[in-house]
Order: sequence, then structure tokens, then C-alpha cells
Amino acid sequence: MNIHEYQAKQLLKGFGAPVAQGVAITSLDQAEAAVAELPGPVRVVKSQIHAGGRGKGTFKELGPDAKGGVRVSFSEEEALENIREMFGKTLVTKQTGPAGKQVNRLYVEDGADIERELYLSILVDRETGKVSFVASTEGGMDIETVAEETPDKIHTIAITASKGVTDADAERIADAFELQGDTRAQGKTLFAALYKAFVEKDMSLLEINPLIVTKQGDIQVLDAKVSFDGNALFRHPDIVELRDKTEEDEKEIEASEYDLAYIALDGDIGCMVNGAGLAMATMDIIKLYGASPANFLDVGGGATTEKVTAAFKIITSDPNVKGILVNIFGGIMRCDVIAEGVVQAVKDVGLKVPLVVRLEGTKVEDGKAIINDSGLNVIAADDLDDAAQKIVKAVKG
Amino acid sequence: MSILIDKNTKIIVQGLTGKTGSFHTEQALAYHGTQMVAGTHPKKGGTEWSGSNGESLPIYASVAEAKDATGATASVIYVPPAGAAAAIEEAIDAGIDLITCITEGVPVLDMVRVKEKLDASKSRLIGPNCPGLMTPDECKIGIMPGSIFRKGSVGVLSRSGTLTYEAVYQTTVAGLGQSTAVGIGGDPVKGTEFIDILELFLADDETESIIMIGEIGGSAEEDAAQFLKDEAKKGRKKPVVGFIAGRTAPPGRTMGHAGAVISGGKGGAEDKIEAMKSADIRVSPSPAKLGETLQDLLG
Repeated sequence: MNIHEYQAKQLLKGFGAPVAQGVAITSLDQAEAAVAELPGPVRVVKSQIHAGGRGKGTFKELGPDAKGGVRVSFSEEEALENIREMFGKTLVTKQTGPAGKQVNRLYVEDGADIERELYLSILVDRETGKVSFVASTEGGMDIETVAEETPDKIHTIAITASKGVTDADAERIADAFELQGDTRAQGKTLFAALYKAFVEKDMSLLEINPLIVTKQGDIQVLDAKVSFDGNALFRHPDIVELRDKTEEDEKEIEASEYDLAYIALDGDIGCMVNGAGLAMATMDIIKLYGASPANFLDVGGGATTEKVTAAFKIITSDPNVKGILVNIFGGIMRCDVIAEGVVQAVKDVGLKVPLVVRLEGTKVEDGKAIINDSGLNVIAADDLDDAAQKIVKAVKG
Repeated sequence: MSILIDKNTKIIVQGLTGKTGSFHTEQALAYHGTQMVAGTHPKKGGTEWSGSNGESLPIYASVAEAKDATGATASVIYVPPAGAAAAIEEAIDAGIDLITCITEGVPVLDMVRVKEKLDASKSRLIGPNCPGLMTPDECKIGIMPGSIFRKGSVGVLSRSGTLTYEAVYQTTVAGLGQSTAVGIGGDPVKGTEFIDILELFLADDETESIIMIGEIGGSAEEDAAQFLKDEAKKGRKKPVVGFIAGRTAPPGRTMGHAGAVISGGKGGAEDKIEAMKSADIRVSPSPAKLGETLQDLLG
């Protein structure tokens, strides 16, 4: 789960991280009060969407000469002007895709005098199974580009879980940033605070780009991107509160309510599969035969008839879907449960597109019998290969 | 021979008294008499578990107690995500050799803590978020469907449960059968990686060929390819068929498995496929042709 920059900063502030003063607004009525609350004269107006590259982004509704999604303003009037121009518009960045994202929240922040821009992130390094700091002096830039062009400028410091950030760890991170004197002391305090936030709140990524050193020699968190481990949200009701559903696909939200792993894609063959690996492989084989999947959908191991029915309805509600492939290899998942769910769903919502069903594994004969006896217009398939060819043929002709 | 488990393996069930634990323990007992010997529950020690077909197993208050009483060397974990890490830690403390955690949805930072403890111990952990492992006609740990297995010569290993079933089923249909099948799990931080199992398959006489199924995310497949390359130089080599799921997955999205995500331009399918090819692994173009591709390779 992702949160907005302003939410991330409030959260980190609670752990003692230095962040600039700022006010978030969710409607234009709040603009004047927000601008007046900050001392100025320099204020930064930042679009709050769950995507990077905001500064270099462009607004769909504004002309090509308009400024991007993060704007430095040098007076109250300019800040207000920027707020009015940006609010409610659609921001397109390299991470949003061409459709862009509507800016429904803005964050107005006190300007900072930047001396140096650094890059810091904390993540779980899957190679070592440890939480690691990634530190670079090349802040404010796209870190993937830095990693590609100057990999020696990226330092990774692994933390031992039972010890936390030791003084030696903090020294290594401070060295990576080339910090001196009081700035170094501030940095070392910050690293421990950020690690504490990461672990206590079950984050999966904490990225500060840039982390800045001001002209006065102070450390400050200038931007913050935080993602949380979805599997740990059960123990963080305060984090769940921060979820902004307008940032998510409606069908994905509905699917998550049924505990289904669903991801909307842009093809025309809807898929319902059990198991994440098989679901990906099903998408791959559809592509192999020249068509494109409309979605990824893993109904999981413990699916009930109700869950399968919900999954089927979500797939058929996508207007791009021209055919549906159900691919089940029952282990824990029983084929008869899947079959009953499909039959029930078709009764509920009707079936306007070709449907290919491939069942294998636990209770396969019962499942096939349920489908056959239902009188539904279902194309049966013998194996995965056969199923993929049949649905592609049914859709493409 | 087989790897990790055989007909002599004695297994404790952590989380036997729940619905999932009960169901799969019944299935395991029915599968060639897999030696499920006890269950554990902190508050139900001294009681007895009864299955729906009249089976019964003693329940102990702790894994250590159950191990002492039964001589079990393996445990399988069916407890819910919030308690899974503690269950693994309990099994490590009790000195269980082979711990298999089926539970899906274990918080990753719990696994970071577990991994440190695991590395300092002699225990091996399979999973979490995995289907378990099976040696046909001998021993079934976890949730794989027994009916699709056939005793034979192919070692199967995979990050995905249902794709393990595909590989098992296709090698059964091809008449090759399996030595042992291991699902290592779909989480980013897990107990056992491809390399660990490949080492065991290379050393196992009964395993004549290998099917290895990876997916997007991380670099375990690249590491495994490098390992096979290095071993081949030492003259240790078996025919290997590979498959990578997620060629069509969009970057930045987590595809069901917590570990299946292309991030920062890394972990994409094409790099993994290239790494496999460079290690002389025959990559199957389709998940439906794993058995066929292996037959081709074996000539």
C-alpha cells in the first residue's frame, strides 16, 4: 500500500525526522488559509499523486508551456495562482502512463535553501534477506539512471535485525554521504529514526529523494515516498486509515474486498486462474498465441463459490473483455467449487462472450460434470495449451 | 533415493487443530502412509486430534515436547500469518531439521527476523507461502495433490504452487515421473532458494533431470543459472528444463506472490530467460510444454 508524500512526511516527523513545515489541501477553499499559514516568501506547491516524476510531469488540460507538477512560488499570490492552476487537473508523468492521474490533493510547503541533494532509501534486500540502506550523493536524480551510469556512487549498507542501526552502520551511511561535523551528527540521528519508522510500521520501501543539506548545514527530508507491506497491515490500523482509494483501480478495490489478487491490464481476454505463478503463465501463453490478457486474477487456494462468483463478475464488468479463460489446477482448490461459482455467476450476470474452461486436479470429474450439466455455452479444454488456443481463436476468429 | 524426505520422515503439524491443518493432515496420512506423528497447540497439550476418517494424533503443548516424544525431524506449519514467524522460531529452537511453512501472507519483516535466526541454526526452512514438498509414493508434506504424482526421475522445483503441479502432471503424463518435487515459495524473503535444492538434486542418484520454474522478481534464477554453470565446469551436470512466469507482467505491480514484482528495472523475465539459456538450461516457451521440452532434451 502506498501513501502520499505529505502523509509520509507527517509519519516520519512523528519519528523525529526533520521535515519542512507544510499544509495539505483537498479543496480550493483551503488554499488561502494554507498559504497564509506558512511564513514564506518561498513556498513550494506539490501535486499529491501516487507516482514519481511529478516535477517533470505535464498537465493534460494546460498548454505545453505550463509548468510541471511541483512548483516553486516566490509570493503568496504566485502560490495561490499555482494552486488554482494545478488543482483538479490531470498530471501525466513517466510513471502514470498516458492517462495521467487527477490531482485532488496539493501540498504547500515552506521553501528550503538547498546546498546538497542526497539519495537515501531503506528496503528489504531479498538477496541477503536483510533490511538495507541505499545511500548516494547523487540525490534529486532518477536513482535507476545513477545505478546504471555510475554504480560506484551507490552504497548499500545491510542492517542486522537483532542489532538495529549500530554506530558503525550509521558511520558507514554518513561516509557514503560525505557528511561532516554537526551535519554528520544530525544525519546519524536521522538514520536510526528512519530505521525505527521502517521496522515499527512494516514499510516495504522508504525512499527520500532528495534528502538535503541546507545552506545552514541542516539535514532535511525534502521528498518522501513510503510503501507498506500489505501482509502486515493487519497490525497497523493507523496506516490503513491513510489509504487513498481514489488512487486505485475500482475493480482492484472490489477484488481486494473479496481477497482476490486482481490487476487490470489492457488486453481483451479475461482470465481467472488459481495460483499466482499459473495466473502469470496463463497471461504469457495468451500472448504467445497472439492475443493479450485483460487482467491478472488469482482466486487463491481457499476460494469459495461466492468468491469465484465475485471474481467472474469483476472480469465481465470490464468492457474490453471479449472472451474469458478459466484455468484451474486444483490442489487445495477443488474443481467442483470453481465450476459451481462459474455456473452461479453466469446465471447472475449472463454470458455475452466466449468462455473457455480448463479444469485439472482435485475433483476434476465433478467439476466437469457440473459445467456439462449446466447447459451453459462453455468451450471445454483438455490442457493449458488447448485452452489458450481455443480462447484466442474464439476472440480473434 | 530422493531429497529431503522419504518414507521414514516423521512430521509434526504446527496448526493441526485448524481447518486447513486438519484437512491436509488427513490427505497426507492417506498418501502412502506419510508419517504425520503429532500436532502442537499451546493450550491443547495432552489432548488428541481426530480426523474425519477416524485417524487420530496426539497433541503436544510445544514442538520440543512433540519432538522428544515422537523422534520427529520435520514439521509443517499451517498457522495463520500473524503467528507463522513465531511458529518457525519455535521449530528452530526445538532443533527441527526440516521446517515447511505453508502459510501465505507472512509479513516480510517477520521473515527478516526469522532468516537471521535460521542462518545461525542447523534447521532448513522451506517457504513460507509454498505448497510444500513431495516424494512420490513415500511422503507428502504440504498441500500438493497426491494423485498427479508418479515415482520417477525428474526433480521438480518452483517458486509457484500451481506451476509445480503443471510440471509434475506433465512429467507424469510423459512417463518420466518425479524423484522429489519442492515448492520453495513465492515470498521475497524465504528459507530455501533454488541453489540449495539444485545442489541436492545434483547429488541425488535418483534424480536424472530437473525442471526449474521461476518467475519475475529478484535474481534467484540468475543465481541458480550461475550455480549450474559453475558446477558444470566441475563435471556435475544434469539436463535441466526451465520456465519463467511473468513475461507479460507490467513493471511495478506485485503479481499475487509478494515476491513477484519487477522493480527498478530489475527482476524482468527476459533477463532470467537469457541467464538460463547461457547456463545450458532448455527454456520451455510455454507452461504447457514443460514435459514435452524435457522429453525432447532427453532425446
